[in-house]
Amino acid sequence: MTLAFACEIVLAGLLLAIATWTITARTAFAAIAVFMVYGLLLSIVWVTLSSVDVALTEAAIGGGVTSMVLLGAASALRGSKGAVASLSLPFKITAGMLCALVAAALATVVFFLPDVAPTLAPVAKENLAASALGNPVAAVLFVFRALDTLLEKVVLLLALVGVWSLSSDRAWGGVPELRLYKSPSPILVFLAQILPPIGIIVGIYMFWAGASQPGGAFQGGTVLAAMWLLTMMARLQDVPSTNAPWLRLLLVVGPMAFLAAGLAGFYFADSFLAYPPSIAKPLIIVVEATLTVSIGVTLALLVAGPPEKVPQQ
Amino acid sequence: MRLVLDIITVVLVSAGGFFFLAGTIGLLRFPDTLTRLHALTKVDNLGLGLVVFGLLPQVEGRLDALKLITIWLLVQMSGAIVSQLIAQATRRSGRQT
Repeated sequence: MTLAFACEIVLAGLLLAIATWTITARTAFAAIAVFMVYGLLLSIVWVTLSSVDVALTEAAIGGGVTSMVLLGAASALRGSKGAVASLSLPFKITAGMLCALVAAALATVVFFLPDVAPTLAPVAKENLAASALGNPVAAVLFVFRALDTLLEKVVLLLALVGVWSLSSDRAWGGVPELRLYKSPSPILVFLAQILPPIGIIVGIYMFWAGASQPGGAFQGGTVLAAMWLLTMMARLQDVPSTNAPWLRLLLVVGPMAFLAAGLAGFYFADSFLAYPPSIAKPLIIVVEATLTVSIGVTLALLVAGPPEKVPQQ
Repeated sequence: MRLVLDIITVVLVSAGGFFFLAGTIGLLRFPDTLTRLHALTKVDNLGLGLVVFGLLPQVEGRLDALKLITIWLLVQMSGAIVSQLIAQATRRSGRQT
């Protein structure tokens, strides 16, 4: 047994233990704290599998943004009285059995996978040069499977519409309150003053490096979103009104640019989402840049939650 | 020369590992939140610092060395700030254990 193999076994065991802990934690807050650790550990697992792109996304989205959204939800539930009904025992048992069934089905599928997995990786690698990108993951996301990526961005936007529609009728188009962080501690303000210059550079670098190395619009956008949220939580910056035209423009500019590039493909190349080879790389970079902005704004607003204050007009 | 650098690395990284171990024991054994925080931040900063300095002789160029030191500084900053925030929350809630 080699050292690396032993490390992997320990890592897998830890991951299982922490997953169990998230389920058995007494309070929602504890469960979320453990869930963050779970996300970070899972990203280490992805690194050991040499999937640095996935690891970055897991750390940013799985560990970071998702946990922030959950924290907001948990605090909202704690605030409202009587909203959390305690579940009856038969209900719990049924839910547990259904979960076990899903887990068993997934395990069966995994155990009966063919030894040599069917893969398109060699084909993707062969045609990497044609995509004008150095990072095979970016090539799959923006060239070979661009339609999936486009739809994914639209789904993100729909999720935000879903969150916004939780607001009351009067507050529609208003300002999310970030109530959890009403009176920021001076230390948080200090952090919000010194971290963003570093974070913004890291975010832009992650997007820029994404063309040839692990990184990309999603990871870079998440870092930018975190920086924006930090300054809003520290009240160094006002939370924008969700009906502000500039905000709505920033939300859609990425998907719109992607869609426009895709439609232009009909005319300049021969099909939807095909890029003319001579300008493929600059085109992808421009689309990715606008996507980074849109993803950043969307994720930050997802965390900020539904509007609560009536819009000022 | 190579051997000396390797020995420095092994000694410093092992020392860093020792401090991480000590910090973990402190986190598990100390009686209340504030002392546990103390164990965690003090020892982690030192432990990570030793690991980073131990790795410096092994890096290829100056840029990589700079990256390692930046990581250490960032972790130190986040550790200090988060421990302050947790300590404040503990005092506010009035629960010391």
